Amino acid sequence: MATLLEVKDLRTHFFTFEGVVKAVDGVSYEVEEGETLGLVGESGCGKSVSALSLMRLIPDPPGKIVSGEMLFEGEDILKIDMDDMRRIRGAKMSMVFQEPMTSLNPVLTLERQLSETLQLHRGMSREEARNESVDLLARVGIPDAERRVKQYPHQFSGGMRQRVMIAMALSCNPRLIIADEPTTALDVTIQAQILELMKSLTNEFGVSLIVITHNLGVVARYADRMNIMYAGKIIERGTAREVYSNPRHPYTVGLLKSVPRLDLPRRAKLDPIEGQPPDLINLPQGCSFRDRCRWAVDKCATEEPPLMLMNEGHWSACWRSDELGPSALDFYADAEMLEGATNGGSAADSEPEEEN
Amino acid sequence: MTTMTEADQRGNGASPENDILVEVKNLQMYFPVTAGIIFQRAVAQIKAVDDVSFFVKKGETLGLVGESGCGKTTTGRCILQLYKPTGGQVVFDGQELTSMSTRQMRVMRRRMQVIFQDPYSSLNPRMTAGNIIGEPLIVHGLVNNKEEYRERVAELLQNVGLNPYMADRFPHEFSGGQRQRIGVARALSVDPSFIVCDEPVSALDVSIQAQIVNLLEDLQEQFDLTYLFIAHDLSVVRHISNRVAVMYLGHIVEIADRNEIYANPLHPYTRALLSAVPIPDPVIDAQRERILLSGEVPSPLNPPSGCVFHPRCPIAIDSCQQVIPELREVEPDHWAACIQSPGYGSY
Ligand SMILES: Nc1ncnc2c1ncn2[C@@H]1O[C@H](COP(=O)(O)OP(=O)(O)OP(=O)(O)O)[C@@H](O)[C@H]1O
Ligand SMILES: Nc1ncnc2c1ncn2[C@@H]1O[C@H](COP(=O)(O)OP(=O)(O)OP(=O)(O)O)[C@@H](O)[C@H]1O
Ligand code: SF4
Ligand SMILES: [Mg+2]
Ligand SMILES: [Mg+2]
Repeated sequence: MATLLEVKDLRTHFFTFEGVVKAVDGVSYEVEEGETLGLVGESGCGKSVSALSLMRLIPDPPGKIVSGEMLFEGEDILKIDMDDMRRIRGAKMSMVFQEPMTSLNPVLTLERQLSETLQLHRGMSREEARNESVDLLARVGIPDAERRVKQYPHQFSGGMRQRVMIAMALSCNPRLIIADEPTTALDVTIQAQILELMKSLTNEFGVSLIVITHNLGVVARYADRMNIMYAGKIIERGTAREVYSNPRHPYTVGLLKSVPRLDLPRRAKLDPIEGQPPDLINLPQGCSFRDRCRWAVDKCATEEPPLMLMNEGHWSACWRSDELGPSALDFYADAEMLEGATNGGSAADSEPEEEN
Repeated sequence: MTTMTEADQRGNGASPENDILVEVKNLQMYFPVTAGIIFQRAVAQIKAVDDVSFFVKKGETLGLVGESGCGKTTTGRCILQLYKPTGGQVVFDGQELTSMSTRQMRVMRRRMQVIFQDPYSSLNPRMTAGNIIGEPLIVHGLVNNKEEYRERVAELLQNVGLNPYMADRFPHEFSGGQRQRIGVARALSVDPSFIVCDEPVSALDVSIQAQIVNLLEDLQEQFDLTYLFIAHDLSVVRHISNRVAVMYLGHIVEIADRNEIYANPLHPYTRALLSAVPIPDPVIDAQRERILLSGEVPSPLNPPSGCVFHPRCPIAIDSCQQVIPELREVEPDHWAACIQSPGYGSY
């Protein structure tokens, strides 16, 4: 597989009255052609800012991409001028946002919105663009596309609008689609429909996809590889299979252990990550996770751990990565976690009656 | 196999009547859609909750799941009498609420509290955390002097894992998880026996969700609380609930014990809902059955005939368009509203 995008040491900061918000601070990663890359992390860790940086849509002021390189098909798109960037945005990269209403024009019919982009970026005639609009809507699963293309965004439900956004994102045959929480606002059964749709379309067209989400399940189901972000940095990366089965960063382990799982016997207690994420203006010295970390040692307070290679393609930024892995993920390690352990019951699959 | 109404005549299945704290019988909440500028007249009805019956046992957590707009919040608000239901009854600790006077209801209200989804908008930004938590103490006359007030507020802050010195801070000075703790402390202040938790963790990050879920569980044990836990995240609901009710378009389609409903879902909607939840482990997730529902949730303004799920149902037969399936106990303590579920009987 060839590399489509290579991001090197990207830093995007916001210069505010309170201080400098280091929203993205030294992030490097690649996107291969045709792959789905998951980007996960807690609210405020810099996921959206890193996506907007790729599109060069950071509001300036207060934001600025202060350093880095972004090689898209070999060309550093941080160095090109805004007109060229706009062309790339229209033709080669597109974005699907969480709230589709904000990126659709409420006073134009879908036909107008879709065919304008098609005429502009793919040089179609009006007639061609119109037909293609109907095709696109049909392809993203909007029934009766012929009629619905004449409607306005508010006449569609949330799930339908997200389909329209995907149709728009696909309209220029892009190489890369960045989907920022594409289904967070949707219901589970609709969420499943939309994600399946994105997956099959990216497969069909060989498009690369970056999916930003805080849902660990979504990444497990749809991503080939994943980046986990914490406080403006990538702290673990690898194939989804590897990271889920062999997590090497305490934050990843903490995330995986804090969610209840439908496929496992119920635990008596959930195992949260205590505390709050740090303030991006006053990041502590050393490892930014250390205040919440159960594994922290003295070194963590003074030296910042870089991303270190664990296995082929698997990286982790923790001084104690070597000691983590599958054993750290034992959901029932703590005796308390075993439902009914106090009754001497074996919690494996039968659950003792607590009440009555 | 019995209907819900027959069941409550014999004391609701296996559990004796005095075990039940809240009972909802044939609850109906239709909102009028009005037209006209001066003379508002009802032109249609939103059937937000339609013939819903269930009970919550003392000390248990009943989970209520379903997709956006299916009527979960409306059900919760009807129980608390924040909405006046257009039909049916709500019995709280043996007393029928829908026919109570405002004065009688004020006394009852103290025993029933609510925790909201959005920790950002549900707290008054101009009040300190201490006053947000303490306000109900004054409204209900539960403290006699300033000293008692301060002590009680400090105690409540500690109950929810906050520091008493935080009483003087304003909501914006707290994180999302901490704000939700303030909401919990406020609900606890009046010493309630029943709390409707309306999506209390949906707006929080996963790592913080677990903190709040653990807190709610600890408090339940400590203060003998009964919860109606509303959520759309099935894995959280399974963790926190003793029993789970699944709602679709104003109707309850299935109720069962938490393990039973996940191991043996009987309603096709419950099955689809469960299969739509991805498991955070790619290897295990790839092996799971996936049922993709086609289409969208219909509007409660004009719900489908017969079984409201039939237009999206993968196993619907002709009768599903005509028969409104009532919720029946098809296996002991397992209720389903699908004419095709085994044990449903004639329809
Ligand atoms: N315009 C701005 N001015 C100042 N700070 C900003 C601005 N936009 C973003 N930030 C800050 O940058 C950080 C990263 O924000 P970002 O939106 O990337 O988070 P996120 O990971 O996408 O979170 P979420 O999951 O909540 O969407 C946050 O601390 C945020 O407050
Ligand atoms: N005060 C009201 N007036 C009119 N219609 C209402 C009112 N409250 C709710 N509804 C409608 O009733 C239906 C059920 O709404 P409800 O808020 O109970 O759903 P919900 O299951 O809580 O959804 P969510 O998961 O989005 O919170 C919806 O169609 C809603 O639009
Ligand atoms: S570097 Fe130290 S503090 Fe940071 S995650 Fe690893 S053990 Fe924890
Ligand atoms: Mg974001
Ligand atoms: Mg609601």
